[in-house]
Amino acid sequence: MFLEALFFQLGYNATLVTFGATLLGIAAGVTGSFLFFRKRALVSDAISHATLPGVALAFIVMVAFGFDGRNLPGLLIGSAISAALGLFAVQWLTSRTRLTEDAAIGAVLSVFFGFGIVLLTVVQTMSSGRQAGLEGFLLGSTAGMLYADAILIAGGGALALILVGVFRRPMMMASFDPEFARASGINLDRTDLIMMSLVMGVTVIGLKIVGLILIVALLIIPPVAARFWSDRADRVVLIAGALGGLSAWIGASASAVAPNLPTGPIIVLTAFGIFTASMLFAPARGLLISAINHRTFQRGVHIRQGLVSLAQGQPIYEPMTIRLLRAEGLARADGVPTPDGVARASRVLRDEKRWETARADPALEMAAARYDGLTQIEDVLTKDQIDELDARIGGPREVTQ
Amino acid sequence: MLQIANEDIVRAEAQNLRESPFAIRGLTVSYDQKPAVFSVDVTIEPGKMTAIVGPNGAGKSTLLKSALGIIKPLSGQVTLYGRPVADEMDRIAYVPQRASVDWDFPVRVIDVVLMGLFRKTGLLGRLTGADRKHAMSCLERVGMTDFASRQIGQLSGGQQQRVFLARALAQNADLYLLDEPFAGVDAATEKAIIGVLKSLRSEGRTVVAVHHDLSTVPDYFDNVLLLNVRKIAEGPVATTFTDENLGAAYGGRLTMARIDPAAVAG
Repeated sequence: MFLEALFFQLGYNATLVTFGATLLGIAAGVTGSFLFFRKRALVSDAISHATLPGVALAFIVMVAFGFDGRNLPGLLIGSAISAALGLFAVQWLTSRTRLTEDAAIGAVLSVFFGFGIVLLTVVQTMSSGRQAGLEGFLLGSTAGMLYADAILIAGGGALALILVGVFRRPMMMASFDPEFARASGINLDRTDLIMMSLVMGVTVIGLKIVGLILIVALLIIPPVAARFWSDRADRVVLIAGALGGLSAWIGASASAVAPNLPTGPIIVLTAFGIFTASMLFAPARGLLISAINHRTFQRGVHIRQGLVSLAQGQPIYEPMTIRLLRAEGLARADGVPTPDGVARASRVLRDEKRWETARADPALEMAAARYDGLTQIEDVLTKDQIDELDARIGGPREVTQ
Repeated sequence: MLQIANEDIVRAEAQNLRESPFAIRGLTVSYDQKPAVFSVDVTIEPGKMTAIVGPNGAGKSTLLKSALGIIKPLSGQVTLYGRPVADEMDRIAYVPQRASVDWDFPVRVIDVVLMGLFRKTGLLGRLTGADRKHAMSCLERVGMTDFASRQIGQLSGGQQQRVFLARALAQNADLYLLDEPFAGVDAATEKAIIGVLKSLRSEGRTVVAVHHDLSTVPDYFDNVLLLNVRKIAEGPVATTFTDENLGAAYGGRLTMARIDPAAVAG
């Protein structure tokens, strides 16, 4: 059943909802990347919570004028207006008072959300309110979503992606080096406005599926997870889009199978699973690879230092060094080097001497930058360069082994 | 008589502005109520290297930033060869202080240099092979080609500063404004940077740098602008970089150091 949902085989409506959610997830991951780069992730939390009064007021207004209060475009317009007010309040408090942005976010977020909850209670007491479903905006719900709703969400996601594509360069430059960006003719205020409008747009179209409390997770978790996979901003953006899309796709599919589950939490938990896997296992910056690299490096340093000590006839006190030298067959338990150890030790000593000379030479700066205490100079310099170093050192050209 | 003299002054001023790649008139910048830069006039000479010198808080960086529109000044105008600076921004390259950047940002050295081409590519223009070659040649001028695909945070402070300079070179500007290019870099990098700046000068470009190390001012620069909120003096190093002017800028604290250059260098 779940597999059928994943591969869009649960009927037309469920398929459309899953498709819309996936596009939303991609748009959220991509847009959120820039928010993450700009270090303004929490602003999205203020924006999303500020949508609630708008949703409730839009419902009240639509019912008062005799329309269906659950009309999605109407509710989204209401939420966009109140989100814009919330965003404006954060910007105004930050630029015109001495409040820092985090304090402004806290104030705006709680006031708007509190006001929204009050309005929701009002909606629930309204006699004419066919209010069932408004709570769905808190945690997200795909149940009872209409064909037109799914189209609206998918279209909004696609539009957000196009706009990110157009404005990616100024947004990137403003994030990396605002002063240089400004001097390059980029209007920082306008760039930030565009970025925040995109975040607002994604938030608003994501309200129905993910819910306003959790939409921030879909904006932030994918880029943070993607950061473990790459050191290049353009790739982080693409990976974040892919991870966001994947989370939303899986979450929406699960929700199609079990309509009673709130969609938002499932999507967010999926995203969290992806984040955890990325943090642990990503090949570029994951914790596991970092731990392995650290351990390998530590062993290398111990062996190298042990060999240097052996070559210079110094005693070795570090138990780990002795253990490693023994394990490698380079020394006996009492610290006396084996013939193999003697040979390796003299080679290491020669390598040290060559490095010392190379690092003092400005012409070899690039090679010197690769010095980490372990890398053999043969791996960095050409034979000719090493011969030239040896000539300067004045030692024997080849060490007999 | 007076009328004629006034006309002469007006004409001379117009000519000054037309010939100067960077002229500031009546620039005042203030954070809250306290002015950081007060009513400063500067006329930078074309094709020369000018140092902006003054104590901490003298408004050196503020002067550059407000001239570039990064900070909004209270008043004043800035011109480039007589035209408003806002219209001529593509002829200016700016090297901000290293501290203004997030070094953990996921960006490679070559990507940073390519950011210097934003004015050329704009929003949607594609980066061509020629652009990449140009960026690499800029890295070559600062001796950083081998580092092109490193993440920027993996570099040393001096190497980062050279990458910033390469990004400015990529802009191919007439006027180079640098904010403390030698702050926190080692002697080798300082030599490399000054070599590049001097080569810019020999190409006829104008270089203006905020500078802290008084002992190297006469070696590195042609002109000097002494600043302490107000302008103290500007002109050729030989005639302007005097004990008297330095005393005025630093409040007399530096005359001792000037007498013994070794003390400054140490």
